[in-house]
Amino acid sequence: MNTHRTVRKPRRSSSAAQTARLLGLTLLCLAANISWAADDTSAALSTLAKGSPAAVAAALPGLVGASDPAARRALAALEAGDLYRLRPEDRLVIGRREGRNYALIAIDTGEALPPVPRRRVRRIALTNALRSELASLKALAGLNAPAAMERLAAVEALSGSLSSPVRTRLETQLRSEDDAQVRAAIATALAIADLSAADSALAIAATERLAGIVQPAARRALQELAASPQASPALRSAAEQALTVTRQKLEWYARVETLFFGLSLGSVLVLAAIGLAITFGVMGVINMAHGELIMLGAYTTYVLQQLLPSQLALSLLLSVPAAFLITAAVGIAIERGVIRHLYGRPLETLLATFGISLILQQTVRTVFSPLNRSVASPEFMQGSVELTAGLSFTNSRIVILVFALLVFAALQLLLRRSRLGLEIRAVAQNRRMARALGVRSHRIDALTFGLGAGIAGVAGVALSQLTNVGPNMGQAYIIDSFLVVVFGGVGNLWGTLVAGLSLGVLNKLFEPALGAVLAKVALLVLVIVFIQRRPQGLFPPQGRGATAP
Amino acid sequence: MKLAPILAGNRAGQVLLAVLLGATVLVPLLALVPAPGSALHLSSYTVTLLGKFLCFALLALSLDLVWGYCGMLSLGHGAFFALGGYAMGMYLMRQIGDRGVYGDPLLPDFMVFLNWDALPWYWQGFDALPLALLMVLLVPGTLALVFGWLAFRARVSGVYLSIMTQALTFALMLAFFRNEMGFGGNNGLTDFKDIAGHPIAEPATRCVLFALSALALAAAYLGGRYLVTSKFGAVLLAIRDGEDRARFLGYRVEHYKLWIFTLSAMLAGIAGALYVPQVGIINPGEFAPLNSIEYAIWVAVGGRGTLHGAVLGALTVNYGKTVFTAALPELWLFALGALFVLATLFLPRGLLGAFRRSDTSS
Repeated sequence: MNTHRTVRKPRRSSSAAQTARLLGLTLLCLAANISWAADDTSAALSTLAKGSPAAVAAALPGLVGASDPAARRALAALEAGDLYRLRPEDRLVIGRREGRNYALIAIDTGEALPPVPRRRVRRIALTNALRSELASLKALAGLNAPAAMERLAAVEALSGSLSSPVRTRLETQLRSEDDAQVRAAIATALAIADLSAADSALAIAATERLAGIVQPAARRALQELAASPQASPALRSAAEQALTVTRQKLEWYARVETLFFGLSLGSVLVLAAIGLAITFGVMGVINMAHGELIMLGAYTTYVLQQLLPSQLALSLLLSVPAAFLITAAVGIAIERGVIRHLYGRPLETLLATFGISLILQQTVRTVFSPLNRSVASPEFMQGSVELTAGLSFTNSRIVILVFALLVFAALQLLLRRSRLGLEIRAVAQNRRMARALGVRSHRIDALTFGLGAGIAGVAGVALSQLTNVGPNMGQAYIIDSFLVVVFGGVGNLWGTLVAGLSLGVLNKLFEPALGAVLAKVALLVLVIVFIQRRPQGLFPPQGRGATAP
Repeated sequence: MKLAPILAGNRAGQVLLAVLLGATVLVPLLALVPAPGSALHLSSYTVTLLGKFLCFALLALSLDLVWGYCGMLSLGHGAFFALGGYAMGMYLMRQIGDRGVYGDPLLPDFMVFLNWDALPWYWQGFDALPLALLMVLLVPGTLALVFGWLAFRARVSGVYLSIMTQALTFALMLAFFRNEMGFGGNNGLTDFKDIAGHPIAEPATRCVLFALSALALAAAYLGGRYLVTSKFGAVLLAIRDGEDRARFLGYRVEHYKLWIFTLSAMLAGIAGALYVPQVGIINPGEFAPLNSIEYAIWVAVGGRGTLHGAVLGALTVNYGKTVFTAALPELWLFALGALFVLATLFLPRGLLGAFRRSDTSS
């Protein structure tokens, strides 16, 4: 069983060959999953104290995975390179140079010993071969770890060309392993090892098993094989074929990823735009302060988080209703104070609400600070979900995508199924008739504006999880939001949803070719041209109530 | 075009022209003749500041032509202003010659910095003032013509037009921020030395630029009044007050809108071209949507649809801004925001309307 190693490196010294033989034996023992008793550990320590590479090699299996503190100390010191042999008593110590002398700590007791001069200690060093053997020993020990993640790491550390005992051990593990991910990793490692098998049928079968495996190690092994001059042409083309399969799979993953990023960006756009779709679409009011209402929602999240610093998840959940109420109140105040006087004068409304946006921005700057504030994410927003190897989505983006859809659904329900929604639609369709039927249209105006503003606040809560919260954050969204609303067709919530999501996806599609800024410019131009071709957006209002914008 | 009918019965216009012509003579006189330190002496800073205000007034006037007379609130006039400014800035850049930091005789500093080895095609010829001046008119004019042709033909109007123009200037801002565009990216064009062979920082040059700004404003005012009191202007008003009705009467509404929009864009370009040599820099910040919307408030504060109202508004707001930002810088945005709200709520016809209730602003 040692032939494998000696064949690979024929010019080894005899002591190295001996080391290898010993290692092979110990690997076999480990592979058979033999546990090491306490007296084995002390035997290993006394072997180690002999200091020669062969002795170290013989001692390593007894040390790796041992629970004895002395063994752990010895192993750590060996790896760090400060394990010494104290002469003449051949005692293992940890040494640290202090001037001309060495400060010592005994391995067996862990206590400090009196310092000794240089000539009394000999360093026990790890050769490169020993170091890599130590790594694979540790990985083999890791295969027994209770946590699947550790076993996975162990398999990945072992991957490469496997010696036959390691191979046997992996095959045993494959049969007993119950975690699918670890099983797949073991299968990949075995297949990678088979690529260099002498039997070309076995190697070609291995390429087939590796086709579509996206892990970098598998791809690298296939690439090396495809470029290797020693491999037979049949094997090389098999490797090339397997690589093509993998590449196609990766391209497909990239497409899915782009789509997801696009939808994620789109969901942000929808969240930002949907409140505007209410105020602009239903009421015909241009609210340039919409972005600042989003900002207020984000700051509400920030403040709640300052109040409940230890309850991140709770404060975020509380932020949603809190932000809705606060921004809705601000919105109603804006409507009652300013916009009410400007109905029928859209351009003046635009200017007045722009003034309000400046005031809100400056207020936040004065109260908080001109600097950005960062809002922490609770645990369920962190991390990512791995769909398959090589394709994972971040949690925060998934949550926000779902959240956007929920907000949209809630709004639709409110408008379609509630009394308030009915009255809002009635006033939007025909104010005078609604009034004649007893709808208090002024109250509805205020509530509608409050609803739009409140949704902006809720959007702010979501955005606080993606970007920094700062006084200028609202401005970044206002033009985008207007474009989404206009693109989707004014007064049409479904249009807003479709427009937001498709603009998000288009943006991400353009980005690789054009870069982020130019993609945005291209999108703006595209929307401008589109609006000029179809001024009423994707879904123009139809029927008698439809009036030219 | 006769002056008499334009100014007859237009007291405000007469006053404005008299002030402008007076300033054209008086300001350079006070800046150059009295010794520095004397009470009558105007510093170079003041002259530049006044010149800047006049450029803004010209810009506001150009916006009033489309908004006050044709009902189209453009929130993209900053784009035309900045494009005119960039055309002038390119000329001034070429005049630096080999006096830049890198001393390249042909390439402006930022191109050397980007390792470019040749002048891009669109920079060719900008060392000649006549071509640069032509571009000051042509670039904003062409953009307005193309944009307007697309927009008006598709009958984009009202707030839609406002938002489209805002998106236009926003897109241009993003584009001009890119170094690859070849307009100096973030930093824009600056460090100018000469204009038409005269050092740009000299008090005499400043005075000439001021006088040119005043004369340009006076000429634009006269031309604008001529236009809006003509039959063309009457049709513009008709479009403002009832677009469909004007169309049904047989007027080609799109053509009228297109002409006035393009003309207004060119005026804005001229304002930008006069502005850049006086302030000494042009950068993509001029494209910011905030700026364009601020121009609209100047016009609203002064009073729409009179032209002199726009001038009055631009001068008042900018003077206020200068005083305010010096005294209470952190409160300026509050004041500006309040101005937006109060002007729209309480001054529907601007300062002019507030002072003269009887004025039936054309």
